[in-house]
Amino acid sequence: MEEILEILGEVKPGVDFENATDLVGSGVLDSMTIIQLVARLSDEYDIEITPLDLVPENFESAAAIKALVERLED
Amino acid sequence: MKTIMDHLEKTMHSFPDNIAVSDEEYAYSYSELVRRSKSVGTAVAALKFRRRAVAVYMNKTPGCAAAMLGAAYSGNFYVVIDPKMPVERIKKTFSVVEPVAVITEEELAVNVPETGFQGSTFLYSEISEKAADEELLGSIRADMIDTDPLYCLFTSGSTGVPKGTVVSHANVISYTDWFIGAFGIDETFVFGSQTPFYFSMSVTDLYSSLRTGAHLAIIPKKYFSFPIKLIQYLNDKKVNAIYWVPSALCIVANLQLFKYAKPEYLKMVLFAGEVMPTKQLNYWISNFPELKYANLFGPTETTDICTYYVVNRHFEDGDSLPIGNACENCGVIVVNEDGRQCAPGEEGELYVRGSFVAGGYYNNPEKTAEAFVRNPLNTAYPEIVYKTGDIVRYNEFGELIYCGRKDFQIKHMGYRIELGEIENAAMAAEGVSSAACLYDAQKDSIILIYEGKPEKDDMCAEVKSRVPEYMVPSQYIRIKAMPHNSNGKIDRVWLKNNYKEI
Repeated sequence: MEEILEILGEVKPGVDFENATDLVGSGVLDSMTIIQLVARLSDEYDIEITPLDLVPENFESAAAIKALVERLED
Repeated sequence: MKTIMDHLEKTMHSFPDNIAVSDEEYAYSYSELVRRSKSVGTAVAALKFRRRAVAVYMNKTPGCAAAMLGAAYSGNFYVVIDPKMPVERIKKTFSVVEPVAVITEEELAVNVPETGFQGSTFLYSEISEKAADEELLGSIRADMIDTDPLYCLFTSGSTGVPKGTVVSHANVISYTDWFIGAFGIDETFVFGSQTPFYFSMSVTDLYSSLRTGAHLAIIPKKYFSFPIKLIQYLNDKKVNAIYWVPSALCIVANLQLFKYAKPEYLKMVLFAGEVMPTKQLNYWISNFPELKYANLFGPTETTDICTYYVVNRHFEDGDSLPIGNACENCGVIVVNEDGRQCAPGEEGELYVRGSFVAGGYYNNPEKTAEAFVRNPLNTAYPEIVYKTGDIVRYNEFGELIYCGRKDFQIKHMGYRIELGEIENAAMAAEGVSSAACLYDAQKDSIILIYEGKPEKDDMCAEVKSRVPEYMVPSQYIRIKAMPHNSNGKIDRVWLKNNYKEI
C-alpha cells in the first residue's frame, strides 16, 4: 500500500490518498493524471493495463488501485 | 437570414423536438435550446450593451451552449472561459476583452470576484428559466448586421497577452455553408463532441448541427481515460460522426481499443488541430475501412478550417497526410519570402482570403496589422488576407502538404528543417505512441521527446533510418506520458519550458 500511495503522491502531490474513496468522481484524478498513473504502474510492477482495466471503479481509491495491480500481477 | 439565430430558429421550426445538444445529464431539444437562449438573451439585453463581450464561464454542458447563444440574442458576443483556467489568466483575458457580463454556474461563481470583474454576474440556472421578452429581442435583431461579432476566441497556450480573434455571424454562416455541403450534414447526424467550446474546432460541429437539426452529443472528458466507456457512450448516443483532435484518435489506436469495444454507428471520422500520424490513422482505417476520413486544416482566424483532404488512397506509416485543397468559397495562396506566389513544389507561407477570414484581434491593432494584411498578389484593390504562419507546398497531385509552423522552421547546420518531419519519422517507429520535437536555438540542438517502447539508442536508429543526417536529433527524452493542453493537443509550450527537468 505504501508504494501505491507513494506513486499517487508523485503523479498528484498534495492529496490525502489514504482516505479518499472517490478520486475519479471528485475529479482529483483527471484524464491526464490517470494516463500518467497507468504508465507509472505498468512500469513499476511490469504489468499490462488493458482498456478493460481502465474503468473508473479501478481508480476511485488507493485500495482499488492496489487491488487492480495485484490482480494483474497474478 | 443574417444571424446565427435566424438559422437556429429555422431549424427549430423544422425539427422542434430533435435533440440539439446533450451530455450525460441533460438533453435540450431545439425548442428548449431556443427558449433558454432567448431567456438568457433577455436578461443580458436588459444591461443595454450592444456588440460587447459577455463571458460564459461554465462547464461544457447544453446550458453552456444556451448561454453562448443567449449572449448572441442579447446583441452582444460571447467569450467562453475555460473553467480550469487559472484566475490570473482570466484576469488577463478580461483586461483585453472587457466583458460587460459574466454568465456562470453555482460551482464556479465563487471565482468571479477574484478576477476583479465589476459588472453583472448572472447564474445560468436563474436566467434561463425566465420568460423571454420577444419584443426586445426582435428590436435587437432588427438592428444587427451579419458582420457583427458572434464570439471572440482566445488562442490558448501562448505566453504574454492573450490574443482574441473576433469572428462574426457572417464568418460562421459562410464557413458552415462549406462544411454542411462538403460532408452532407443533415438532421440524421449525431456528432460526438470532443473539443471544448473555447476551442475553434467546436464551432464546426456545434454550428453545423444547429443549422441542420443534427444532435451534438457532448462527450465527458473523463471518458478519454476510460476508453471502453467512451465507446459505450458513443453507442448509447448513436454517434455517427466525430471531429476530434488527432491526440484523441491516437488514444484509441495506441490502446488497440477495437479489440475490446467497437463503435457501432460511426460513418465519418474527421480530425484537425495537429498532425494526424498515419500509423494511428491506419489503425482506424484497417478496423473500419468503410468510414469516411478527412484531414481538416486551418486556424481560429479562418473560423476553423481553410483546406481539407478526404482520404482517398493508402498511406504508409510515417507518410504525411495532405491537407488537401481550399474549402468551397475559401481562397488560399502560397507566398514565398519575396512576397511572390510559389511555384509548384516550392515551400511558402499559406495565406487565406475570403468570407471565413475573421475581422482581427480584439483590442489589438498591432497584432491585427501583422497578421491581417493586404493580399501581396493583388495591388489593384483592397483585399485583406490572413497570414497563417504555416509553411506548405503543393505535391505532385496538386494537394497542399503541411510542412510545419513558420516559427518551428529552424536553420540547423545551414539547412532549413521542419521539426514536424522529424516527428513524423519518430512516430513511424514501432511502439511509439507520441512524439514532439523541440529546437534549442542557443545550443543549436534538436531534441526529440517521445512516448513509447523504444530505448533511446533504438529511437535514434529509427529516426536515422528515415531522415537525412542533418535532421537527426542530438538529444532523446523518453517520457512516460506526453503532456496535453486543455484542447487535447500535445502541450508544446509546457515541453519547451520543462523538458530539461524530465
